[in-house]
Amino acid sequence: MADLVAGETWVEIHRVLLEKGERATQIPQDTRDVPLEMKVKGFLLHEAALGDEVEIVTVAGRKLKGTLSAVNPSYDHKFGPPISELSTIGREVREILRKLEGMS
Amino acid sequence: MSRELSYEAVMARKGEIMRTSVGIDYERYATGILSFDYEGMLAETGYELETIRTIQGRTAVGNTPLVELRNLTDLARSVSGTGKGARILVKDEAANPSGSFKDRRASLSAHEARKKGYPGIAAATSGNYGAAVSSQAAKAGLGCIIVQEAFDSRGISQPEIAEKTRACEAYGAEVVRLSVGPELFYYFLIVLEETGYFNASLYTPYSILGIETLGYELSCQVREREGRFPDAVVATHAGGGNVTGTARGLLKAGAADTLMVAASVDLAGLHMASDRDFNRKSFTTGHTGFSIPFSTWPDRADVPRNAARSLRYMDRFVTVTQGEVFYITQVLAEIEGMERGPAGNTSLAAAFAIAREMDREQIIVVQETEYTGAGKHPLGQLNLAKQMGIDIRRGDPRGNRPGKVIVIPEHPSQIKPVEIDLDRIRRSYLRNALDSIPEGENVTETDIAFLTAETKSEETFVREVIELHERKKR
Repeated sequence: MADLVAGETWVEIHRVLLEKGERATQIPQDTRDVPLEMKVKGFLLHEAALGDEVEIVTVAGRKLKGTLSAVNPSYDHKFGPPISELSTIGREVREILRKLEGMS
Repeated sequence: MSRELSYEAVMARKGEIMRTSVGIDYERYATGILSFDYEGMLAETGYELETIRTIQGRTAVGNTPLVELRNLTDLARSVSGTGKGARILVKDEAANPSGSFKDRRASLSAHEARKKGYPGIAAATSGNYGAAVSSQAAKAGLGCIIVQEAFDSRGISQPEIAEKTRACEAYGAEVVRLSVGPELFYYFLIVLEETGYFNASLYTPYSILGIETLGYELSCQVREREGRFPDAVVATHAGGGNVTGTARGLLKAGAADTLMVAASVDLAGLHMASDRDFNRKSFTTGHTGFSIPFSTWPDRADVPRNAARSLRYMDRFVTVTQGEVFYITQVLAEIEGMERGPAGNTSLAAAFAIAREMDREQIIVVQETEYTGAGKHPLGQLNLAKQMGIDIRRGDPRGNRPGKVIVIPEHPSQIKPVEIDLDRIRRSYLRNALDSIPEGENVTETDIAFLTAETKSEETFVREVIELHERKKR
């Protein structure tokens, strides 16, 4: 049995707002070929397991229903490794400025 | 009372939802088939410049430092002809409470919402504006909901938007994250209707009036220091608010001769509503995907009459490449000690090149910076670009191909903005306006005067385009 998530836990729900066939007509085909999805975070109202249909209350006080998709979801955007194409720019422009100083 | 929530049913209630959530009856400003009383619409909000400055001052919005970029100016001069290379100054808008000039834009909406007793404010935005609205809502004690276009069908988030999600949530806002598509507006309408919140649209008079203080302040700062107004001001151009508000502020300060330059990142070839292209743009704003359509038809906005009407104010419109903006962002950090942007540095890349054409005694002002952070950074963007199969290399920026190749310049002399023919944009605007006229109706003299002001052109030019349009229709 899946682990239960206690009520009041900070979670994220997922819901499809528009299915493939319901999308606006003026948008590109690649976008029409996929559903319009929504993800919202809030506090879980009742104990449930991941994948269950649940209800949350958001920080703005809205009650929303959806599939429980994440528990205490993390912020995982990052810088990542340095980009070598940027790494030498500082050295290059400082060298230009140094030469200017030498001339003045 | 539960109302039908199908796409068609909600969109059919758009007019009513907008009226209730913005509190402006746009119909009453109409003066012709096309024309409307633009100045009247702005003036009737009752907010004058000094009042706005006071309101913004209360939440520490505005009064940001104007920083002279001496090393960058030297670098520009090193690649300029004799006697050329204007002084480059930047308005450090990252010093605003939520880290960008967007606080100015959000401040009056929050003030107005509170004054009129709305329980909260909502905005449809994936950018800095969301953080600004959330921050202002927090200060005003209002509820806040931000609706973002945040991830593609594979669930991959655009890193800059992911950072904005975090920032909005940090300020206590509810963030609704959606996959790619303009139907975001449909869900935004549902939110407005359900909550009765104020629509802090980017395109209401409140939003534009809030930016006027930016143009006004920078003019006054330059005049105080130098005894004269700047020769040119460069603004990153997307939906048109930045250019419109800044230019109006310059005019209110009396800087009528200052050249207003709009700059956008060239994203030619990428479709703004494409799920596939979403994570191949490397820029979430300040790009041609917004600036061209909004310059040529501002009323495509989420309000009936867009208060951001950039063609009225632009003297020059240029594009820069993605690689040029990443390059200048790195230069700004390494020789000026300011880590900002990247999207906000679009105007800086353009200004660097434009300074080279100007005389040494002249002054060019870049009117904004924005905060930087994880995801919202050249590293976050370029690492995602690599993941999406985009080739990143050093070379001639002319080889930059949005969505395919990002070329980082090898030398500062390679930064060269591409001019956009403003007459072409004006013609396109006029065609869009004429196409919007209902069957059987004709333009009046009032409309012609309006269109002349809208395009900052001559009446003869407007009449020529109308004639050509009529001839084509026949």
